[in-house]
Amino acid sequence: MTDSKPTSGNVPVPVTPAGATSGAPAGFPPASPAGRGMFGNQGTGDTSGFGGLVRQRQPIEDSPRPYGGYFDEVRDALEEAYPAFGEAIEHVVVDRDELTLHIRPERIAEVCQVMRDDAALRFELCSSVSGVDYLGADDRRLHVVYQLTSMTYRRRVRLEVAVTAEDPHVPSVTSVYPTADWQEREAYDMFGVVFDGHPALTRILMPDDWEGHPQRKDYPLGGVPVEYKGAEIPPPDKRRSYQ
Amino acid sequence: MTTSNYATERETTEGRVFTVTGGDWDDVVSGVDPINEGRIVVNMGPQHPSTHGVLRLVLELEGETVRDVRSVIGYLHTGIEKNLEYRNWVQGSTFVTRMDYLSPIFNETAYSLAVEKLLGITDDVTERANTIRVLMMELNRISSHLVWVATTGMELGAISIMLYGFRDREYILEIFELITGLRMNHAYVRPGGVAQDVPDEAIVKIREFLKLMPKRLKEYEDLLSGQPIWLERTKNVAVLDVTGCLALGVTGPVLRSAGLAWDLRKTMPYCGYEGYEFDVPTHADGDVWGRYLVRMAEMRESLKIVEQALDRLKPGPVMVADKKIAWPAQLAIGVDGMGNSLEHVAKIMGQSMESLIHHFKLVTEGFRVPPGQVYVGIESPRGELGVHAVSDGGTRPYRVHYREPSFVNLQALPAMAEGGLIADVIAGGASLDPVMGGCDR
Repeated sequence: MTDSKPTSGNVPVPVTPAGATSGAPAGFPPASPAGRGMFGNQGTGDTSGFGGLVRQRQPIEDSPRPYGGYFDEVRDALEEAYPAFGEAIEHVVVDRDELTLHIRPERIAEVCQVMRDDAALRFELCSSVSGVDYLGADDRRLHVVYQLTSMTYRRRVRLEVAVTAEDPHVPSVTSVYPTADWQEREAYDMFGVVFDGHPALTRILMPDDWEGHPQRKDYPLGGVPVEYKGAEIPPPDKRRSYQ
Repeated sequence: MTTSNYATERETTEGRVFTVTGGDWDDVVSGVDPINEGRIVVNMGPQHPSTHGVLRLVLELEGETVRDVRSVIGYLHTGIEKNLEYRNWVQGSTFVTRMDYLSPIFNETAYSLAVEKLLGITDDVTERANTIRVLMMELNRISSHLVWVATTGMELGAISIMLYGFRDREYILEIFELITGLRMNHAYVRPGGVAQDVPDEAIVKIREFLKLMPKRLKEYEDLLSGQPIWLERTKNVAVLDVTGCLALGVTGPVLRSAGLAWDLRKTMPYCGYEGYEFDVPTHADGDVWGRYLVRMAEMRESLKIVEQALDRLKPGPVMVADKKIAWPAQLAIGVDGMGNSLEHVAKIMGQSMESLIHHFKLVTEGFRVPPGQVYVGIESPRGELGVHAVSDGGTRPYRVHYREPSFVNLQALPAMAEGGLIADVIAGGASLDPVMGGCDR
């Protein structure tokens, strides 16, 4: 699967996206590549050609100012309170009434510290930390997303960092938000993001000796075919279905 | 798995036999010296009646004083978030409802709100659908708090309250069964609205419940509030102040019992909560007693909201008008639960080819959701229930993460229990109201 070309003759053949490393135990069948094909079937059996479709992803673009709402205030307050703003913030995106700050990974803990402590920002609560795997869409495929809540001003803001699967190191924010402890462990468990400075970065939901990081996009869902009314139903990730 | 630290294996005539032992227990125990240090390690759970489901606590004790608490979770991890990525957006409702099994309506609503925000149809959800959602959520909040007072009572030695609490919860489950067809795992709140309308007999039953419940709540308070054992076991036990709650991310009744009136229904309203009149009960002490009072008061507030929701329930559609999103079939409740209505099946099979095609496309393929990400937080009985949903433009969720209040709140257990007595570990853990199905997902 790894060395096959994108096409052989006129029949599209799936290729593994760059950077795909799920860490799944040997012997597990590879998962279907993300963002490719339309019916979930790869290789043989696809005479439609839809299996060769590749869904393009738009690169992240800055939103034009003014953003509207409280978003301008939050950005200006952070710019004033944090001198390294220009260097640390990669993008500022406003989408669906939500503000996302894309941060350079090595700066995330500093930015969180300012977000929590500055009188004009006051994001006291880190609501959620979660991982997302943008396999095939972003070279830095592993994203960690922090949802901060300001109880003082009743605002929310999202911070996002992106790292590669080969060097998945992000500073831990547990020193700023102790609540991130278990949530960072979950992101490590499920996506393999290593949070430097975390007090005890171990698996939390999966067994300690589990191999691989199950919520990565190239980690197979698993499952066995079952018989139902005489017909064999394949496991969910092997079914012919729209994607 | 070929080699394992957890089970020694040997070959027999019957095949390979594994001897399962206590896992890494020997390592844990060898770390302390019970004779010279006076410390012992006690394993509580995962199968312990008072750890609220499969929660394991490793306690280090000095006499009866708890010196160290480590929570071990993951025993109920079922990979719901991963499974969602292999089903279409509507099918997601059936998965998320199974996370926190004591508050399924909240899981569904949070998910639906996130999908609606991604689709940009938040304002198109009909007023009746929003009112039904509020009605169902508040009934669910009461049933969840009833289970809390029932199980916590039992864990602290009051068996009667356990029986009474479950009896009244049963009443609410019957209402749910009338409306959704199922007692639990409803998949009733769907992206775009709710699955079907509320039948008239359910309204009658809810009205009866509204008459009955205040009397019952008074009974429970008569049973518990003046009882010396209950007071001894809850007052000044497992204290956590506002600072501790915020640092550890604790929200919901536990935060409100410490004195901060943070309730997302008031502070960041959704589903039209800004139009209802209710109070946010708080307490100043941040102990188990305060959490008990806050939850009892919240049930009364929920009754108020249910009554208002019933009054403003005006006839109208319960699903968005957009036929590319709304489920084509009018669902109906049959003897075996919820399913397609017979009229609809007769129409698509007998009369309208276009309806059949439309039904087929929407059911097998599902609707497409524009790429992007959103975060939606709602106030569940346990605190902030957040959904971070990512779409890549396809018919399936690209990623859905649940910020589960049970998961986040459980982190506070060591802060509450260390330095206290071992019996207070039970009271403190129970007062957090963790549901392991939600915690482990």
